[in-house]
Amino acid sequence: MTTTFLVAVDGSEGSLRAASFAAERAKAGKAKIVLAYVIEWSPYSFHTPEELAERHKRREEEIERAHSRVLDPVFKSLKDKGVDVETVVHHGHPSETLAEIATNKGAAQIFIGRKGESRITALLFGSVAGTLVQTSPVPVTVVP
Amino acid sequence: MKRIFLSALILVLMSVSAYAGFDETINTATAPIAKWFGKVVFFKIPIGDAALPLVVLWLVVGGVFFTFYMGFINIRGFKHAIELVRGDYSNPKDAGEVSHFQALATAVSGTVGIGNIGGVAVAVTVGGPGATFWLIMAGFLGMSTKFVECTLGVKYRNENPDGSVSGGPMYYLRKGFSERGMEGFGKFVGAFYAIGIFLGALGIGNMFQSNQAFVQFVNVTGGTQESWFADKGWLFGIVMALIVGSVIIGGIKSIAKVTEKVVPFMAIFYCAFALIVIFMNYDAIPQAIENIFTGALTGEGVVGGALGALIIGFQRAVFSNEAGIGSASIAHSAVRTSEPVTEGVVSLLEPFIDTIVICTITALVIGTASVAEPGFALVGQQGIAMTSAAFEREISWFPIPLAFAAMLFAFSTMISWSYYGLKGWTYLFGESLVMDRLYKAIFCCFVALGCMVQLGPILDISDAFVFLICVPNILGLYVLGPIVKKEMNSYFARVKSGEIKKYQHS
Repeated sequence: MTTTFLVAVDGSEGSLRAASFAAERAKAGKAKIVLAYVIEWSPYSFHTPEELAERHKRREEEIERAHSRVLDPVFKSLKDKGVDVETVVHHGHPSETLAEIATNKGAAQIFIGRKGESRITALLFGSVAGTLVQTSPVPVTVVP
Repeated sequence: MKRIFLSALILVLMSVSAYAGFDETINTATAPIAKWFGKVVFFKIPIGDAALPLVVLWLVVGGVFFTFYMGFINIRGFKHAIELVRGDYSNPKDAGEVSHFQALATAVSGTVGIGNIGGVAVAVTVGGPGATFWLIMAGFLGMSTKFVECTLGVKYRNENPDGSVSGGPMYYLRKGFSERGMEGFGKFVGAFYAIGIFLGALGIGNMFQSNQAFVQFVNVTGGTQESWFADKGWLFGIVMALIVGSVIIGGIKSIAKVTEKVVPFMAIFYCAFALIVIFMNYDAIPQAIENIFTGALTGEGVVGGALGALIIGFQRAVFSNEAGIGSASIAHSAVRTSEPVTEGVVSLLEPFIDTIVICTITALVIGTASVAEPGFALVGQQGIAMTSAAFEREISWFPIPLAFAAMLFAFSTMISWSYYGLKGWTYLFGESLVMDRLYKAIFCCFVALGCMVQLGPILDISDAFVFLICVPNILGLYVLGPIVKKEMNSYFARVKSGEIKKYQHS
């Protein structure tokens, strides 16, 4: 069975660095890569009835956009490097959902980029990488 | 586009406010129609001293029937409803779709409104403390009616080619009757319902709300004598119309987001303070509760006795939780679920929260206040002002946050109803951008109108329409009831056998 690496991608510089870093490791260890994009979403948020009626449509659009704008370019560049890649888009709480995807895909490791937030912003808005390190079921590599 | 609409709207409203006596013109023109129409819809059978409106009887019989026919789903389904809302049965693959919680929260913000604060006071004033008991009973029975309505809403909804959904009684009435070979009749009642919900949306879902918000605003800014705003209904109305318009036409989601977030907290905040006020009068609690029960059975001091109290209690409960009207099934049909029954089960929490919890708490606030201070109910306060006064006895500054809460409730109710009315409108005229904008512009005009005119006759017409659409709606529920029962039994059997499982959530 081949090893699977999960890479969290959000289109940021850091996540691109994480993807190329993971690609090198994957090539060396003949591992497969799963690129995951999480659309932030809570089942407990509130909406107007009109938003509810359009939700399904919006969700499809969000997934479509995540693929075309964020994941596809990374997917292509990794494919060109000769790595076996797969993409996943999921709605949910970012760090929790990444941990879930890692479990479902049987990933051996998670790679995530660092945004380099200051302590204040991390405190106020939380840091996905920081939370993931604390909660992930598998080892996490934070790429600077 | 929207700028043109808004400026046109302002122009129209300006000229309206300039025209003195506008109120009276409308009132005198509509009064005879309202009177006749009200007489027809609220046709009363005299029983002793009490007069029982047939339409209320129709709703009560419907509630009782569905409670028995569905095997007390309102009790049986309660625990399962909470599990569904908690997301125990939600497939993680569907993350990002409308959750049960969201559909419930939206429908609840549509029903929790002025009725929960002011309507209860009206019930207690007219029907005595005993009306509270019947209010709770009506809430309990309404849970079953809502279950049937919302299950059907999901089952017979339309999935539009663009991926959005349209559902509600007009759809299940048309399709349901057609399935039974009554295509013509189905078309007729579907269209009839659509017209009714449209008119209802302009009245109790709109003018009544903006009017009551204005009344409360004037009260806290100094009362009708002192407040600078007392004769500036048009100004308040235009501001309100602009805010509503910016959300529904301008698509300024942030305002709606804020309201939808604040409303649940307001409801909790309201209940918390109400409980504090009730316990500040703790001496009066046993007496207040006793009054509710004795009043329910004897109807002491109420016109028509116990039956009078019952009628008032039921009528107000329907106004508040909308069970039997079918409006909530429009909001609930947006949920993505393969099992329509789940949405029905979730919706039974709505009359529970709205009527059994919030209305009862309001009734107790007033009830304990009138026990602690005999004659409290007789000082001439009415509706929301009475509830406000009951709070003020214990917490002197409370009328201000209460007014704020009332305005927010009114606002969120208007947003929800604007959608219900829109669905009626698009059912009749088709889903197009022009029709959508035209409806919304009309809706905004009525928001402003609500603060300007004396409501009397116009509101009576709208009220009558809302009750009138209960007739075809519940008729449809009877016809389609067996389908719901079959689905319900099959669903619960599969839950029991383990075919429908809870998902493991980390």
